[in-house]
Amino acid sequence: MYTADMETRQKKSSPEDGMPVFQVMNFGVSFSQYENGINRKELHVITDLDIELYEGKILAVVGSSGSGKSLLAHAIMGILPGNATIYGKMFYRHEELTRASIARIRGKKICLIPQSVNYLDPLEKVGSQISRAINGVPKAEKKRRAIEMMARYSLDPQVYDYYPHQLSGGMARKVLLSIALLSDCEILIADEPTPGLDEPSLAEVLQDFRLAADEGKAVLMITHDIQAAVRIADRIAVFYAGSTLEVADAKAFSGDGSQLCHPYSKALLQAMPQQDFLPLDGVQPMPGDLPEGCLFYERCPIRCEDCRCSRPQSRPVRGGKVRCFYAA
Amino acid sequence: MKRISVFIGKKLCKLLLLMLVVEVITFALMEASPIDPVTAYVGASTAIGAEQRELIAEKWGLNQPPASRFMSWLSNILKGDWGDSMIYRRPVMDVIRQKFLSSLALMAAAWLLSGILGFFLGVLSGYKEHSIIDRLISGYCHVLISTPAFWLGILFIIVFSVKLHWLPVGLSVPIGVLQSEVSFADKVRHLILPALTLTFTGIASICLHTREKTIEVLRSDYVIYARARGESGRSILHNHVYRNVLPPAVTLQFLSFSELFGGAVFVEQVFSYPGLGYTTVQAGLRSDMPLLMGITVISLIFVFSGNLIADLLYLVIDPRIRERRTE
Repeated sequence: MYTADMETRQKKSSPEDGMPVFQVMNFGVSFSQYENGINRKELHVITDLDIELYEGKILAVVGSSGSGKSLLAHAIMGILPGNATIYGKMFYRHEELTRASIARIRGKKICLIPQSVNYLDPLEKVGSQISRAINGVPKAEKKRRAIEMMARYSLDPQVYDYYPHQLSGGMARKVLLSIALLSDCEILIADEPTPGLDEPSLAEVLQDFRLAADEGKAVLMITHDIQAAVRIADRIAVFYAGSTLEVADAKAFSGDGSQLCHPYSKALLQAMPQQDFLPLDGVQPMPGDLPEGCLFYERCPIRCEDCRCSRPQSRPVRGGKVRCFYAA
Repeated sequence: MKRISVFIGKKLCKLLLLMLVVEVITFALMEASPIDPVTAYVGASTAIGAEQRELIAEKWGLNQPPASRFMSWLSNILKGDWGDSMIYRRPVMDVIRQKFLSSLALMAAAWLLSGILGFFLGVLSGYKEHSIIDRLISGYCHVLISTPAFWLGILFIIVFSVKLHWLPVGLSVPIGVLQSEVSFADKVRHLILPALTLTFTGIASICLHTREKTIEVLRSDYVIYARARGESGRSILHNHVYRNVLPPAVTLQFLSFSELFGGAVFVEQVFSYPGLGYTTVQAGLRSDMPLLMGITVISLIFVFSGNLIADLLYLVIDPRIRERRTE
């Protein structure tokens, strides 16, 4: 199945043509916080983020813990708490999105697949939560369609009457996926869809995303699992300290990594058990004290004086985008 | 189902044990009370001599040692004989039945009103957290929670009865009217002020609790997800907030039976409303042992059933607990 995936993908992943369905430019999120109860401080959790989603393509955003990726999905959906500020621009097709217009399209054109069963109402039956995604048809028809969609993900019809606490982790993910697909959206945002899954379920979930993409949906998968990302994504964005350091073709993440441009991406690949299992010294900077220059400066093997004082802009290199002065 | 009957059986055993302990304590407290029941009965009259007092005490069995008096009360009650009230000179059960019914109207009205009002004010307050409305509602609750019921009752009497003449000052029926001529409307008019007093003091706890719970639900992952799914504020309120906030609120309301009864004692005293609370005070002040012991049994059962209903409701309402119990 794995190789079959790769083949179909290679056929389809011609250079990204046309308009992106969804685009995020110079995107940032910050939280206001009070230090010692008096000083107001802005905490920049996501900075200078660029993302483009295309019809039928999967973009995986890969980042380690603490890189701010869990906030990314919520920030895009506009459902962060009140003390968060969002910068930058977002486009849905040709339309620039405002806070009000994103509220109009969320759940309709753009759907979130949340992390876990905690995102389902514990006192409402699963079926009624699924069928809420369908609008404008009688109740019986909603139920019929919901059960049909559940069957597609090999969920038993009796799951319709379950409560969320009766679902296993894998079932919960299928339920959440069914909700997203029933709402007939164009953009799917999956927040950490893989943790805690055994190999067969993992393969199934990944296959489901691939199918959704092949049906023409644009998929954004936020994950810490590079292997999973490499298996199904068309492109992979490497997320570090709240920003994308490199966006490259998923194929570049296999082999020795010579296709990759950014030193962090290379280090990330080398740290994988299948590769050299080499750790990288140092830690990711915290949102409170980001360096003035390049976010990766502290740990970079090829850094220069320039990197310390100015932050590199994203520039196209070999069909991808890289945020580094020296990458080639 | 079997689990539930075992559960109720255990609770009933606890009730019996609790009842015994409470009755022993009540009896001991009454024994320690400086009020002599005979003096309380005949009043300050000097027309009744020491010999006659002695006769009354003997008729009531007061000359026997406390332990044997308690045991005879206990054995009688097990036979179904609750004894006679000293001050009403009627069987205890008759007195309690009559008084409890008029208290029940008062308590039920206050319980329902405070529950409904408290719940909706709490949801509104939590939903509009930090707004003016929220501040007004929670400010009101905090003032009320520290306001004694009797003081509020006196305030109501001053405003609505004395100044405005809208409602009667007290009692449960108009003065100087034959029992047969008292209309239902009369009874309701007399019920309004005591019921409102009890309602207003009862709102605070249910309202503040509902407010906290509403805020918690609104910050939960499932409401965040509901927003991501494009559900409107109204839809979130109907689909998630009510569903998750109502069960604990109903449970809390059933758990508040003891506050309700305690409040009724004060409120009935202030309004001279002849209910069980008023009678309790009378029985205590005049050392009417059989009546007071009977009232403690009944009020204990009353509060206990509230708690039992709350426990059972949790079993029925919440699917997570229901499953754990029946597995």
